Amino acid sequence: MSPQPQAAVGAPLTRVDGRLKVTGKATYAAEHDIEGVVHAVIVDSTIGRGRITGIDTRAALAQPGVIKVISHLNAPRLVYRGNPESIDPPGNKQLRIFQDDKVLFHGQPVAVVVATTLETAQHAASLVKVRYDATKSSTDMASAPAGEPVNYARGDADKAFASAAVRLDVTYQQPRAHHNAMEPHATIARWDGDKLTLWDKTQWPVGTQKDVAAQFGIPNDSVRIIAPFVGGGFGSAIRAWPHIATAAIAARETGRPVKLVLSRKQMYFGTGYRPAYEYRVRLGSDRRGRVSAMVQHLKSETSTYENFTEGVLHAGQMVYNAPNVRQDYRTVPLDVNTPVWMRGPGFATAAFAVESAMDELAHKLGIDPIELRLRNEPEEDPSNGLPFSTRRLRECLATGAREFGWSRRNPKPRSTRDGDWLIGTGMAIGIMDVPRMPAQARVRLDADGTALVEAATSDMGPGTYTSQAQVAADALGLTMRNVTFRLGDSTMPPTPPHGGSMTMAMVGSAVQDGCDTVRKQAIKLAVEDERSPLYGADAGNVVVRGGRLHVKDNPARGETYGQLLTRNNRTHLEVLGSYTPGETRFSMYSYSVTFAEVAVDARLGLVRVRRMLGVYDAGRIISPKLADSQALGGQVGGIGAALLEHTVTDHRDGRIVNADLANYMVPVNADIPDLRAIFLDGGDDRKADPIGVKGLGEVVHIGVAPAIANAVFHATGRRVRELPITVEALL
Amino acid sequence: MSTELTESAVPPPTEHSAAPSRRTFIATTTAVGGAVVAGGLMTGPAALAAETGAAEAPPSSRVSLTVNGKRHALTVDNRTSLLDLLREHLDLPGSKKGCNAGACGACTVLVDGRRVNSCLTLAVRLEGAEVTTVEGLADGDGLHPLQQAFIEQDAFQCGYCTPGQIMSGVGCIQEGHTGSADEIREWMSGNICRCGCYVKIVRAVEQTAHGK
Repeated sequence: MSPQPQAAVGAPLTRVDGRLKVTGKATYAAEHDIEGVVHAVIVDSTIGRGRITGIDTRAALAQPGVIKVISHLNAPRLVYRGNPESIDPPGNKQLRIFQDDKVLFHGQPVAVVVATTLETAQHAASLVKVRYDATKSSTDMASAPAGEPVNYARGDADKAFASAAVRLDVTYQQPRAHHNAMEPHATIARWDGDKLTLWDKTQWPVGTQKDVAAQFGIPNDSVRIIAPFVGGGFGSAIRAWPHIATAAIAARETGRPVKLVLSRKQMYFGTGYRPAYEYRVRLGSDRRGRVSAMVQHLKSETSTYENFTEGVLHAGQMVYNAPNVRQDYRTVPLDVNTPVWMRGPGFATAAFAVESAMDELAHKLGIDPIELRLRNEPEEDPSNGLPFSTRRLRECLATGAREFGWSRRNPKPRSTRDGDWLIGTGMAIGIMDVPRMPAQARVRLDADGTALVEAATSDMGPGTYTSQAQVAADALGLTMRNVTFRLGDSTMPPTPPHGGSMTMAMVGSAVQDGCDTVRKQAIKLAVEDERSPLYGADAGNVVVRGGRLHVKDNPARGETYGQLLTRNNRTHLEVLGSYTPGETRFSMYSYSVTFAEVAVDARLGLVRVRRMLGVYDAGRIISPKLADSQALGGQVGGIGAALLEHTVTDHRDGRIVNADLANYMVPVNADIPDLRAIFLDGGDDRKADPIGVKGLGEVVHIGVAPAIANAVFHATGRRVRELPITVEALL
Repeated sequence: MSTELTESAVPPPTEHSAAPSRRTFIATTTAVGGAVVAGGLMTGPAALAAETGAAEAPPSSRVSLTVNGKRHALTVDNRTSLLDLLREHLDLPGSKKGCNAGACGACTVLVDGRRVNSCLTLAVRLEGAEVTTVEGLADGDGLHPLQQAFIEQDAFQCGYCTPGQIMSGVGCIQEGHTGSADEIREWMSGNICRCGCYVKIVRAVEQTAHGK
């Protein structure tokens, strides 16, 4: 087959849904106009652990407009049969909403009020009086027992560490962090007979569909999820949290469509979060900086009812070519709700520990931090011996060092001043694995020369609508104007979760497959059609451009899709494209290097990021304008993680004390300087997947926080091993 | 279980099926242009009392205000914020609820030309006010230059903070706080963008302010 000309892919296009978003016409979950909708507001527990001994709903029910108050006292018993395809922690141990009198964490939903107006529902929820038998809750990871570890070992790391010429033994602390996407989680639930429709904020329509069907014990196809726009997610909308079932219960019990929007505060315990970690690293090396031993002990928080773990071990196993590595990873069950993946899950956490430790080692050895990394760069994956599909870290380091001006750096900490400000630079590596899951996409080419491509994926911000259309446009040989990509409906072909940087690679490969097949069908139809100018041509030598099929080297010989289909009395061609990952013999990761320059006020300890550069080996970049935005956004998130973000719990009763956007600080415009992203040219990684994409959304965030922490050390000579790096730590 | 489901999923009680939907309410406003009652309150105390056994409707007030050039005379629940009035009663969900506490700026609209957090503004205090939301910014099919600049600069990703950013940016430009990128950053810092599009938001405001 002749390769299709590349026109849309790689072009810096603006978003196809841009106009909807700038005019306020993009419809997010709570904004669907559902006839007769009423409002639900959840009542949260005010104790950290215990039992509900009574619920007085009289004052709430006395409010005009209140329809019903639902709690474990009157809620239907749900089935919770378990969803075998769920990505939740194993064991089907999710929080079961209103099923008993137990309170497992502060903020757990204990009742829901349904009323005709939002104002009434909010007020009535405040009037529900819940009595508890409270017991002492345990929310402090430092003082609670850990579970059994997950272990990894190669070589004899303890022995190698004991005999190493240079040794480092340090512990890093990272706080609980919340995604805090701008759109609050929201669900509108409507039952039509035994069919349930949910307009929901979700990063995985098909996953939410199957989870909710399992909760209610109904067939999967009795549940439909609709989510055309998602106002940010970063992982928080990848599970079907309890408020979704709550909305569905409320709708069923009242016989009305019910809208339930979590408050900002409720998102701190009604959805997941990045768990707090303690990460101890022992590094042993020779005097030339060859790392011989890495011993790592990890501890993270989880809930009492689910054991949440994530891919936090890869980085410590395979970024550096250490012959002796040992890891143990324990979770600490606490009286909290369950954590969940958050941007760069596990990998971002590991990067802070490993990349800070490497910086400490570089300083101890008097070796440049980039040079230290180069001296430990493996030729194959040291954790499994597999060759890398692509690993271009050396290029990332060289490009970044050149563009950032690394050679001008005085290696001595606290050596550069600008008035009151101490200036420092730092760098760190980020890696993210390339998870692979099957995906499908339906492609329909109409006789009018337009195409409709559909998949049940999401667009929480990266630009799925645009980038998938770019893949389809080139594969079909159509202009972008004539291709529409639709998503966000569980009745469409299934896809992986919109997370783990999988959407471009997996859904894109399915779109490519479907469009290739449709194009080939059209070409076959033409070359076998006596009335076609392409009759008898070599099908392998026909390309399509601007909706017109022609012989590759003879553009005059050809015809349009429309002419071909109309003449053959075909209204359309339709195909279900698919991507199914096969066995792989490669180690597949995206890579990044982040460079940061900070200024630290010498007397006040204020840290300001002055500039930042990320260099990325993320495979092929389909949509460069959107990729640039995603990369800069990942850097901004990293600035938040490094300097601002920290969920604070009052361990007396498990209450989160900064459950809002005023006290849980995220970066604002004035915190962000000019940022820059560079994608390595020629990034195609066809060993990873058919369209050569490795994934971008995570790796742009991973390594940002340690780059900043390393820059703070370089500026001040103070090593801060606990995030976020606050003024207090630098005074 | 399945039996329970079927039984409890029967259509809602009839007294509420007579209640106007948001759409019919809007139609009423348009047709009459006079006094109507916002949202679910129009079901009236009688209908509600029949269901809940309760007596009195919550305190409400009359207010007339202009939204995107259209005059509305309404009776609103005194607790209703301008944001909820727009989103839940006037079918204008372009203004976003991000925190409902004045901390994120997603709800920013112009009231008499000044940018305000509509989540912190009670609707009843807006007698005679002129409100402009993101839905009222474009001139027919022609986008406001800042809307166009947001698209060109790719100054958003998920889009949820975007209406607030744009309304705030319009205010920022009108106020003349666009002398430098630093000044724009400072005066646009009431609007959080969690996708992290700040660099491009600044460029879009610059482009519009300086007619680049």
